[in-house]
Amino acid sequence: MGINFRKETFRDDFTFRNSPENIRRFPFPYHEDAYMYSVNIEPHVPGPKNSVFEHLVDVDEHYVSEMQDRAMVLAEDPLRCQSLPHMTLAGWDLLELLMTEKAASYPEHFSLTREGDRWHWINRPLGIDDTFTFGDVSTLPYGPMEYITRQSQGDFAILDQRDNNLWMDAGMITTQADWSLDFDIGMNFFEWHAPVPLAHEMGVFTRALKYLTNIQQGKPARRLNWTMTINPRLDTSPENFHKWGGDRLTVTPENVGQKVHLRVELQSFWRLPRSNALVFPIRCYLLKMDELVTVPKWARRFHRVLRDLPVELAEYKGLTRYRQTTVEWLSKHDDGAPTSPGFSPD
Amino acid sequence: MKTILSRPVYGTLSPQAGKSHLLIADAEGASAILDLAKKAPEDFFANAHIMFIPGRTGDSFQASLKALKPAQYYEGPSVAAAMPRLTWTLANAHMGLRMYLAGTEGLIGQMMQAAIEAGVDPASIQTEHRGSWARRIQCVHCKGITENVTTQPATCSHCGLLLLVRDHYSKRLAAFQGVCINAEDPTEVPQKEEIFR
Repeated sequence: MGINFRKETFRDDFTFRNSPENIRRFPFPYHEDAYMYSVNIEPHVPGPKNSVFEHLVDVDEHYVSEMQDRAMVLAEDPLRCQSLPHMTLAGWDLLELLMTEKAASYPEHFSLTREGDRWHWINRPLGIDDTFTFGDVSTLPYGPMEYITRQSQGDFAILDQRDNNLWMDAGMITTQADWSLDFDIGMNFFEWHAPVPLAHEMGVFTRALKYLTNIQQGKPARRLNWTMTINPRLDTSPENFHKWGGDRLTVTPENVGQKVHLRVELQSFWRLPRSNALVFPIRCYLLKMDELVTVPKWARRFHRVLRDLPVELAEYKGLTRYRQTTVEWLSKHDDGAPTSPGFSPD
Repeated sequence: MKTILSRPVYGTLSPQAGKSHLLIADAEGASAILDLAKKAPEDFFANAHIMFIPGRTGDSFQASLKALKPAQYYEGPSVAAAMPRLTWTLANAHMGLRMYLAGTEGLIGQMMQAAIEAGVDPASIQTEHRGSWARRIQCVHCKGITENVTTQPATCSHCGLLLLVRDHYSKRLAAFQGVCINAEDPTEVPQKEEIFR
């Protein structure tokens, strides 16, 4: 049975919502009733059926609409997709990875046929049927990274590895939380994370870099990160902050359930075979507060996490303006009962 | 001074072993070259090229710099004006050229950028900050660069948005990042303070 792709928007009238089945598979990011930074990286291996980890590259009901939103962002601002000249080979690596994973996991939607360097790619949900020569940029309508990431949910950063560091040398970044590819491209791991508060002092990035530079081909890793977004807006870029920042003032006790979203990033890390680069897909999942409280354990826990979050973190994540209103709304869904350990809905 | 990891760390110029030397400074940066000269071997400036952009220091350093008797001396009105000469010099440079940059962060950053583009290893370039801490900022919204920013917040000279000047720095752009400070509520207009002097 195939996925029933929703027709919806992430801007203007904001018709995005999750089906009840999709709510149950949301990657809820708190394993206990409190949150603090940690490296929290684990092997990216296939998980339970009907979870976002079922397949290593997850495709869900929002796929087609997310790709339409990405195309709109790129038409407005092509600088969201950039690749330094030495990164083309890594782009081909990424194209291969995403095509093979998608075709293997979702054969009803995607298929890939290879005869030597002649590749035939069919993407049925987006109506794409292309034949091209692997490694020959002139046979695709875009560079290889742009071509395949216009067909893949989530942002993608491709990191070159040299001098015992990782360098942000290519990316497709249209659904970011407060960072600019155009500004950060060419930076090393410590430089592009420089603005993050607290974590440097805790040694988080030093440990994370050590882990990431040791990732082996065929053994990807993953972690979850989170923030919150007002309205189901994918393009929360700093580029457009002056256009969407005002949304944060529109939260009232009456509209929390529909306006306030928990935004979870499933970040995964993969070694690419030819270029030895790392690709870092950052997949964004949105969940409305109304949807979140349909799972009682998540309602209790998220209330406690948000209420007790350190001020610096709330400030960095941009939650200050609507945090109190949201905590009060959530408190009505928290009866104080203990929660079970782990992420699952119960 | 508290800083963050994307921002370059500047040192103190000191004479390096090399066949030739390219020294570039703006304003008070000239005094870093004069200090280096005190430690330099006798024949150092016989193979040196000084490029100087006096800026706010007017004509207070020219005579002292010329007195070092560099093989080549250049004086220009701005970084942009000096750029063609720098590009030519780097393109025609031989192995063993040593670079020294001194003055404002904007000067150091832009010259560093040009050197990297020309294939110079940035680790081999000596830098020293002197003079103004005025910042060169890129507006994240319109992408325009505003030079010589001394206030927090600052107005983008291209699109007019009021920008928070962050410490986050891009070596590729040789600029700090500016992000709209009142995007959440445009009716809030924080007072500008002179803080980058």
